[in-house]
Amino acid sequence: MGRETVIQGRIWMIVDKQGRLIDDIDTDQIYHNAHLAVTDIREMGKFSFGNLRGWEDFPSKTQPGDIVMVGKNFGAGSSRQQAVDCFASLGIVLLLGESFGAIYKRNAINSGFPIVECEELAEANLKSGNQIEADVASGGIRVLGEEERSIQARPFSQVQMDIYQAGNLFQYGKILEQK
Amino acid sequence: MGMTIIEKIIARHVGEEVVPGQVVWMDLDVRSARDFGGANVVQHFQREYGTFAVADRAKTLFTFDCVAPAVTIPYANNQQVCREFAREQGIRVFDVDAGIGSHVMLEHGYVYPGVTVVGTDSHLNILGAVGAFGQGMGDQDIAFAFKTGRTWFEVPETIKIVIKGLYQYPTTVKDLTLFVVGKLGAKGALGKAVEFYGEQIERLNLAERLTLASMATEMGAITALLTPTEEILDYCQERQRPGGHVSPISADPDAHYCQMMELDVSGLPPQLAAPPKPSAVAPVSEYRGKAVDSVFLGSCTNGRYEDFAQAAEFLGTRKIKSSVMAKIVPATREVYGQLLDQGLVQRFFDAGIIVSHAACGGCASGQIGMTGKNEVQLSTSNRNFPGKQGAGDTYLVSPLTAIASAIAGEIVSPEELK
Repeated sequence: MGRETVIQGRIWMIVDKQGRLIDDIDTDQIYHNAHLAVTDIREMGKFSFGNLRGWEDFPSKTQPGDIVMVGKNFGAGSSRQQAVDCFASLGIVLLLGESFGAIYKRNAINSGFPIVECEELAEANLKSGNQIEADVASGGIRVLGEEERSIQARPFSQVQMDIYQAGNLFQYGKILEQK
Repeated sequence: MGMTIIEKIIARHVGEEVVPGQVVWMDLDVRSARDFGGANVVQHFQREYGTFAVADRAKTLFTFDCVAPAVTIPYANNQQVCREFAREQGIRVFDVDAGIGSHVMLEHGYVYPGVTVVGTDSHLNILGAVGAFGQGMGDQDIAFAFKTGRTWFEVPETIKIVIKGLYQYPTTVKDLTLFVVGKLGAKGALGKAVEFYGEQIERLNLAERLTLASMATEMGAITALLTPTEEILDYCQERQRPGGHVSPISADPDAHYCQMMELDVSGLPPQLAAPPKPSAVAPVSEYRGKAVDSVFLGSCTNGRYEDFAQAAEFLGTRKIKSSVMAKIVPATREVYGQLLDQGLVQRFFDAGIIVSHAACGGCASGQIGMTGKNEVQLSTSNRNFPGKQGAGDTYLVSPLTAIASAIAGEIVSPEELK
């Protein structure tokens, strides 16, 4: 095994004013279509959540090594890869959500970006700033700190782990060709 | 064991029976990219594979439809990147005059029942209208498909939706579609395939099937598949390309569905989806009287000749309200030609409506512009997310509701203005 399967970091909970995880955030809110012509991943980070009310300043608040936590059906809508790549661009290390749009999930998996689904996230009583440690192979998530506890997420699927370990879909394809 | 339509299509492309949840490597009959995402596809391809050839250039296409022709230098650059790559590789480009890629591929015989199609258009599931499996994917996915001709896929479960009853004019399939999106919600079919049945579904023509299938995305579905009728098979047969093989496809009687739903559309009044999401569906009458600034008729959802013919017939010799800016964008060059042939361009012109050449138009903030802050727009498209079609508020409606409201200058159900 090459890449680390235990990922630790500080979480950002993408919540509304009432503190609830926001559902159905679409790709235009994550990465607006005004910036679709951008092809350099280094330029994408600064547009993350640029069209999500209350979160426009996210790129300036977050730090490399952080984890983004989201609600249901995150990444609904268009197929734009930038909506995943913008988080990689900011140095985000994990996307943890209640559920994801199908194309969005594929895009994350194919680019080797760690994405984990956990249906009970809203009830887990987490706060932005909490430190967590996620084992993507087992789906076990430990909330670190004073009240240490665990929640269970869905582990990576086999194909997801294979692509993740290879680096991305292209690398995985090359490994398959050699077999 | 019996299979659903999606299971059958995938099984044919894998060479063995499949079950939901299984991850398979699937052959792709068509691999496409559009001007949005296309340049990124080329960039990934060249970085990973250098000057290697695509797997099969006859099955690989570019379709420019988002900003056509380009109105910004970055978009113009991206289109040129695709053109140059296509020249080197010998790949066909349906350039900025062709129209919406999904419709173009259908008109040119690339798509017919049972085929697998991928592209950077997230509404490619629209091809379920003819019983084909279309799937929008990201640019890395597509670059990989260009090179290998295949991709991995997790076989989805299927939901069966039976539509009971028949709707009456001026209710249309768009109203039925919005009604279903409202009932299912934005994630009601998340990650699943959907099949539609019922007498009303069997009666739908190609244009109507495209409307329904296009909005599977807004139900969170992988795709919505309709069993092809004789009319659909004939259409595809006529346009078949060399090597194509048009044949029927349908689910087995003992296929397994993860969920069954029945929805009754008898007496269904015209529907709309209020901003900011496609699933915020209500009868048009609930918003009656709200002033309208602009109207957009077009998109992959309602950009066929039949959609415009219906609007023109409703319009008659009336003019739209002078305070309303109305725009019509045909889905393809072929549709544009039909509008010209049948005198509809003249009719719309006389009514005070802008008629543009074919492409995505408003949905991609393309050639017919965007909405400004506080602008109220009625659109026949499929998404009204904040910022999608500009800074204004977009209501999703049928072509009849759009044209009726353009005449009235305010939201009105076409029932009231016949």
